[in-house]
Amino acid sequence: MNKNIQRCGISIQTMGVMMVLLGVISLGLFSFDRAPGGGGAAGKDSAASVRAFAEVYKVLKSPRCMNCHPSGDQPLQGEDSHVHTMNVQRGEDGKGLYALKCSNCHQSKNVPGLHTPPGNPKWQLPPADMKMVFQGKDAHELAKQIMDYNQNGHKNKAQLIEHARDTLVKAAWRPGEGRKLPPLSYPAFLKAWDAWIGNGGYAPGGH
Amino acid sequence: MINLNVNGKAFQVSAEPDMPLLWVLRDLLHLTGTKFGCGVAQCGACTVHLNGEAVRSCITPVSRAVGKRVVTIEGLSTDHLHPLQQAWLELDVPQCGYCQSGQLMSAAVLLKEKPDPTDADIDAAMSGNICRCGTYPRIKKAIKEAAKLQKENTHA
Amino acid sequence: MKTTTDKSRREFLKSMAILGSGLVIPFHIVKGMGRGAAAAGVAAAAGNGPSFFAPNAFLTIMPDNTIQITLAHVEMGQGVWTTLPMLIAEELDCDWKDISVQHCPPDPAYNHTVMPLIITGGSTTTWSEFDRYRKAGATARVMLTEAGAHKMGVPVSSCRTENGYVISGDKRVSYGEVAIDAALLTPPKDVPLRKAGEWKYIGKGVKRLDTPEKVNGMAKFGMDVQYPGMLTAVVAHSPVMGGRPVSFDASKALRIAGVRKVVKIPSGVAVIAEHFWAAKKGRDVLKVTWTDGKGASFGSVDQAKRYREMASTDGDEAAKKGDVVAAMGRATKVVEGEFLFPYLAHAPMEPMNCTVKVTGGSCEIWTGTQMPAVDQANAAEILGISKENVKVNTMFLGGAFGRRATPESDFVSEAVEIAKASKEFIKLVWTREDDMKAGYYRPFFIHKVKVGLGADGMPTAWHHNIAGQAIMDREKKLFPLSGKIDGSSVEGVNDSPYLDSVPDHFVGLHSPKEVVPVLWYRSVGNTHTAYAMEVMIDAVAHAAGKDPIEYRRVLLKNHSRHLAALNLAAEKAGWGKGLAEGHFQGIAVHEAFGSFVAQVVEVSIRNGKPVVHKVTCAIDCGLAVNPDGVVSQMEGGIVWGLTMALYSEILLDKGQVMHNNFYDYKVLRMFETPVIDVHIVPSTEKMGGAGEPCVPPTAPALANAIFAATGKRIFELPIMKHFEV
Repeated sequence: MNKNIQRCGISIQTMGVMMVLLGVISLGLFSFDRAPGGGGAAGKDSAASVRAFAEVYKVLKSPRCMNCHPSGDQPLQGEDSHVHTMNVQRGEDGKGLYALKCSNCHQSKNVPGLHTPPGNPKWQLPPADMKMVFQGKDAHELAKQIMDYNQNGHKNKAQLIEHARDTLVKAAWRPGEGRKLPPLSYPAFLKAWDAWIGNGGYAPGGH
Repeated sequence: MINLNVNGKAFQVSAEPDMPLLWVLRDLLHLTGTKFGCGVAQCGACTVHLNGEAVRSCITPVSRAVGKRVVTIEGLSTDHLHPLQQAWLELDVPQCGYCQSGQLMSAAVLLKEKPDPTDADIDAAMSGNICRCGTYPRIKKAIKEAAKLQKENTHA
Repeated sequence: MKTTTDKSRREFLKSMAILGSGLVIPFHIVKGMGRGAAAAGVAAAAGNGPSFFAPNAFLTIMPDNTIQITLAHVEMGQGVWTTLPMLIAEELDCDWKDISVQHCPPDPAYNHTVMPLIITGGSTTTWSEFDRYRKAGATARVMLTEAGAHKMGVPVSSCRTENGYVISGDKRVSYGEVAIDAALLTPPKDVPLRKAGEWKYIGKGVKRLDTPEKVNGMAKFGMDVQYPGMLTAVVAHSPVMGGRPVSFDASKALRIAGVRKVVKIPSGVAVIAEHFWAAKKGRDVLKVTWTDGKGASFGSVDQAKRYREMASTDGDEAAKKGDVVAAMGRATKVVEGEFLFPYLAHAPMEPMNCTVKVTGGSCEIWTGTQMPAVDQANAAEILGISKENVKVNTMFLGGAFGRRATPESDFVSEAVEIAKASKEFIKLVWTREDDMKAGYYRPFFIHKVKVGLGADGMPTAWHHNIAGQAIMDREKKLFPLSGKIDGSSVEGVNDSPYLDSVPDHFVGLHSPKEVVPVLWYRSVGNTHTAYAMEVMIDAVAHAAGKDPIEYRRVLLKNHSRHLAALNLAAEKAGWGKGLAEGHFQGIAVHEAFGSFVAQVVEVSIRNGKPVVHKVTCAIDCGLAVNPDGVVSQMEGGIVWGLTMALYSEILLDKGQVMHNNFYDYKVLRMFETPVIDVHIVPSTEKMGGAGEPCVPPTAPALANAIFAATGKRIFELPIMKHFEV
């Protein structure tokens, strides 16, 4: 089984070294001593990490997450993840363009009723210089991407852990009327996310 | 009581905070230039400017407009002097006209942010505004015409 | 030359004539309506003689020079607000800037020139008013000239008119100055009209008169009617088509701030509130018990099955020549097609609405309508008052496309019922969902077509059966049907020019009845017949190994107007020449409402889906009074046709409409709109319409282009359901 597990790319290794250095500071600053994981010291249990990511992956590939992490420069919509009608574009900052900015329709909270725009104060796509594509990525690719400081919005592990607590991520579990929830509950997702990262953020085998 | 600034004027309205801005404008302030077309941000007929952004007023709670500048079609210009209105007149864009307030308000944001828009920019800005009469080809032409007028005005 | 239009138009007018009898009772203009003083020269002003000059119902000239033009047709986007004044101005010599325009009251003086009611439809306005409105202007000019000559003390023969003045030598008086004098003259019986060479406006065009108010939010649509004391009504309708309310519980609704009353009416339960939002919130929490009626068993899947079976047998004869079965047996090749056309909702941008005030024995209505006098009559009947006591104010129509011409005045009647039941001054507002689910759709149709080819590849036998609800076949007093065939179900097939050269043919029609109400929809029967004919002809040409345009040219050799449009469209589109890599073209030509339109559609396939790049259009509508207006109608009609072809479909299950709003009833948007290139055939032929003839060729030309690109023949609409990933 372990044969199928690959270590993440060089950048992650580099990051691992950095984490050793920065981790002390992080833990000191953010009290991550209670942080997550498979109970042991971070970065040790690659099998547990990969198991956890399998759960995480299901959530990331659900429409609630993937629809705003498209492979193209347009958001997706609906349970079938079709391209957002209206020709909505990412824009440089990920917040849409001109008269079709995200916040022109998406409010700070869900609009009541079926087929109304879901809302969140931070509603947006990843920006053009950091697209964080989920669509079309297999588990291996997606895990590597998320752990890659240069592809994940410049987040270290602690910040990644924190990101799962972000209001925009949480919005997936408040999808608005008529929309399906992600396949895991939010606490179950957090647990898997933390276990994945806490155990080293390993990527499952690629093809 | 909710305090609003619409087209540069102060208004006080008695409305629930979740009442859509569209119905506050139309039914309480009697500014009927902003239209109801779908009620779910699909058609753009209700587009107004909120601090310069082209929001869909049919799903925007009035509470969001508090402390911001609301501009409706009635406030775009009082005498057809906006370059978009001039271009719309020049090219006879409207047919039934019902969607045109929204089209103009969307186009105004485009022109402000991209004074020299390409076809792709127009497609990116204007595809949230439905016109059932099919005036899209003229809207596209008129936006380009307005861009020229805007440039001339700036250099004049 | 045989013109098929005349045939279908005659049929249409005949049925209109029937409906008209007994519908419109002449009455005197209600006092206070002011305009349209039907009696020539008369303008009553409280016994002090005339205060303005109204030589006829269409024109009033005020002492301040205002030229008030009253339209016998309504402005719903098609431009009659400008075209009809052009006709008057052409003869009147007024200053274009002095013109102000209004819709007519429901007075028989404004009846259609060839139909006994006031109606805007059938793409008839311009040709049917071409003489009446010019004469209205000419009559006024003659009278103003006489009055002016008298005032200036010069002979009439020395006078000319220009830009709102009567001029003799260096003397001049404005029309306004002599308006009152002119009002005292007797109008001349017959006035000569100007020759084509003298026209200043006709054929040249002017800017639309309604644009200024449509770009600053000032244009008033039915939805924009507001008066002190007026309340807004939102109605809960039965989720099942044709269902009726039994009882309701309004306790929660009445607790919503702003909700005033909840009343039951025949078509549902109305929540009446101080504004739309309160009424809508009230409706959201209203509990209604419904009786479904027979609609509950209706479903689209079953309907398709039933209609396919029906169309497999010969229906009532709509056209027949020779022995089609025998001829088919002799054919060297047979091409077959079974077409499906779904129900379609018009979905104009302005949802249906109507404002009604009932006071004592009278009623005032404000709405956007294509048939104001029909609405007037229906309202009077509901209220049990005379029509004279129902005033109808026709507002701008936020799109109509046929939807605002229901014989039962569905939404107007509903508003009147609410006003009657609640005793309130109300504006009924439908949500988009109400509008989408209310029926009055373009009927669902199946066409079963079998074409036999001779040894030369040309069609020798054409066997065509159609199944679909009739629009005119109603057990109602309006729009009855003479005979078995509703012309609007077969127009474009039974009178197709292609059948002229097919020695043996049969066109049959089945007209089943359903719980779903149906209605005319922009270009009516031609929405499906043009598709069936033009896709079949394309398939037949392909089977014969011929170029689709060459093949059509042979079949249309005796149809010069079809050919003129076809050839111009092909030429301007550069048919078969210099197309970009991966781009393909399709063509279609069709006559509807007296005009002949050909279109070439250019597509490519991107990510497995068709993308429309360009539509080249040529129209022969005879004289184009306002050429830019014609172009504008072509552009809009093509966008309409693309929406219809690619996306439009209304499905029902257990009697419930499965579509709600623009997210599940998609319409074309800016980014999907192709380049549209329109050309008008220079023509002195008989005038036809513009608003509808542009629609029919778009869908088949697109389908033929997709065939060229993919080899896939699309028999069932909408097209995109064949390309879902």
